[in-house]
Amino acid sequence: MTKSIEVKDLTLNFGSVSVLKNMNIDVQEGEFVVLLGPSGCGKSTLLNCLAGLLDITEGQIWIKGKNVTWSEPSARGIGMVFQSYALYPQMTVRGNLSFGLKNQRMPKDEIDRRVARASEILQIGPLLDRKPGALSGGQRQRVAIGRALVRDVDVFLFDEPLSNLDAKLRSELRVEIKRLHSKLNNTMVYVTHDQIEALTLADRIAVMKGGVIQQLSDPQTIYNKPSNLFVAGFIGSPSMNFLHGKTVDGGKAFHFGDHKIDLAGYDGGAVLERDQAILGVRPEHITVSHDAPAGPSIPAVVEIDEHLGADSLLWLKAGTKELCVRVPVEGRLPAGTKVHLGLDIAKASLFDNKTEQRI
Amino acid sequence: MGGDPENRTLKLLKVGAARDLGGPFSALYSRGERMSGQPKRLLRNLNAKIAAIPMVLTTLVVFVGGTIWTVVYSFTDSKLLPRLRWVGFDQYERLWSNSRWMVSIENLMFFGVLSLVFTISVGFLLAVLMDQKIRYEDTFRTIMLYPFALSFIVTGLVWQWILNPQFGIEGIVRGWGWESFSFDPLNNPQTVLYGLLIAGLWQGTGFVMCLMLAGLRGIDEDIWKAARVDGIATWKTYLVVIVPMMRPVFITTLVIVAAGIIKLYDLVVAQTSGGPGGNASQVPAMYVYDYMFQAQNLGQGFAASTMMLLSVLIVLIPWAYLEFGGKKHG
Ligand SMILES: Nc1ncnc2c1ncn2[C@@H]1O[C@H](COP(=O)(O)OP(=O)(O)OP(=O)(O)O)[C@@H](O)[C@H]1O
Ligand SMILES: [Mg+2]
Repeated sequence: MTKSIEVKDLTLNFGSVSVLKNMNIDVQEGEFVVLLGPSGCGKSTLLNCLAGLLDITEGQIWIKGKNVTWSEPSARGIGMVFQSYALYPQMTVRGNLSFGLKNQRMPKDEIDRRVARASEILQIGPLLDRKPGALSGGQRQRVAIGRALVRDVDVFLFDEPLSNLDAKLRSELRVEIKRLHSKLNNTMVYVTHDQIEALTLADRIAVMKGGVIQQLSDPQTIYNKPSNLFVAGFIGSPSMNFLHGKTVDGGKAFHFGDHKIDLAGYDGGAVLERDQAILGVRPEHITVSHDAPAGPSIPAVVEIDEHLGADSLLWLKAGTKELCVRVPVEGRLPAGTKVHLGLDIAKASLFDNKTEQRI
Repeated sequence: MGGDPENRTLKLLKVGAARDLGGPFSALYSRGERMSGQPKRLLRNLNAKIAAIPMVLTTLVVFVGGTIWTVVYSFTDSKLLPRLRWVGFDQYERLWSNSRWMVSIENLMFFGVLSLVFTISVGFLLAVLMDQKIRYEDTFRTIMLYPFALSFIVTGLVWQWILNPQFGIEGIVRGWGWESFSFDPLNNPQTVLYGLLIAGLWQGTGFVMCLMLAGLRGIDEDIWKAARVDGIATWKTYLVVIVPMMRPVFITTLVIVAAGIIKLYDLVVAQTSGGPGGNASQVPAMYVYDYMFQAQNLGQGFAASTMMLLSVLIVLIPWAYLEFGGKKHG
């Protein structure tokens, strides 16, 4: 596999504000990378740097083995799709698709061929002679994708392309983008703050915070082994439960309140004895039972039972600590029920209190 | 003068521009209105409607009534006082055979076309320059808007001094030692209109620039990014993408400027009083004023003002159609 995009030591400052800090990313050819993070973390900024719409302060950007750090956006071999579609309103769909190509003085039959191909792939053939104002949001976004498609480039950049659509259209177009990717097999960098989009689309997810990439891995790893507390809390809805305590017995057990939880089977590094540690367990990795199981367990009281359709969420209180557990619908319990919780340590994550890194 | 009120107008303009530039909301509004039933509509907000009656009456009586009154009396031979003795189109025939009126019309056409072309193009260019994320933009904008805040009388007097051969530019340059330099546009019938034009531009471009700037700012930044990714040169993006998107702003500006030009009066009075040579810089509004209040020929004045009204309507009707009637096209 060859590298499609290489970002080397990229730093970007707006005046004295540092928005991207010393970033290094390699994207393989044909890979689908999602940039995920809270609002204002610099996702769009990074994408604009890749596109050449922003001049970077330090570092280099290579695309397809060429140093494009100072190239114009149109010379980088990229296509871009925006959240607001950014179609040219007074041109027809056909005009929108062909404007850039005409501007390059491409022969007319080649333009027609590309427009025809894009409109076939995206099924916008019947819309070609309409203006963007006469299209629905989903159709507009298709046209915007088409405008990137006709450029016949290897790298697609998406900046929250689905955020302006309603939930149903969003999931439809999400599938379509996935299909497009497997069909064209080109490199895609996709910005979103929707974790469902990220988890379903990505080959790898880059979780960002404050202009720094926190973790860059495949969705499985991001979900199951978050590299730090931020990633653990950001990914997953409802959020991971965090138990503050300490590790005892040479790292063999976790002490939380008056309870001792056996850490046998923990999937990570050497735990050691720590005065302060945080145990993170996802809601679906906690079991609820009426009777105290054989081993140590945490007693808790059901506070709220939220029925979600496929399953339901129990919000419980263990001492003063609030916990959320995902249970199958049959496992629903009325408020006030006293239960015992068992943690699936093999799927839990232990974090150092100070560095916030996963152990 | 702080930048505050001016900023507010700019924001308002921006909102207006954003609406006019289409988007999903304009469609929503009209759909919502269409859905409401007819009979309920009359009774809805009854109190508000009753409260609006005095204002509606005032509008009808004062504006519409006054206009109709003027038009009606333009068909009479009213002299010092209005009287209803019909003379048909006599006043209009006399008007169009009066050389002073013809000169006024010619002057207005000449001044109007040049002034429209220059205020709008210079205003737009200034707005484009302003839009390049320059520093001290607020300061520049305020400076550019100052002339607009002045009355035309002040503008006219200021420029009368600047263009005055003794005290203005000519005097200064001669003072530097270039004795044969001559620059005296206001005293030459051939150039007097250019003298007016300079003052008109000085006053008007800042305002046009602000309108245009608001229009430019109303344009989604992603459009610019998309055009850069498409490899469109900046000037071409302005010309092919941005200007068409700003069509509503251009039309509004055109109407405001054109309506102002047709009413042109005080600037001429202050700068040249219609001279030199008696009527080299006459304009229709001066004709109206002179016949109504000096020649004591109300009928003739009414006929002339009816012609002015007609020309304002000719400007306004296409605009109103484009703004409010032609919404259906994409
Ligand atoms: N032109 C600018 N000048 C100064 N700061 C800027 C500029 N553009 C963006 N920023 C700052 O850079 C940071 C990152 O912005 P960016 O638009 O990349 O966020 P984002 O991750 O895309 O957020 P969102 O999810 O809201 O789109 C923000 O804190 C923003 O305030
Ligand atoms: Mg963004």
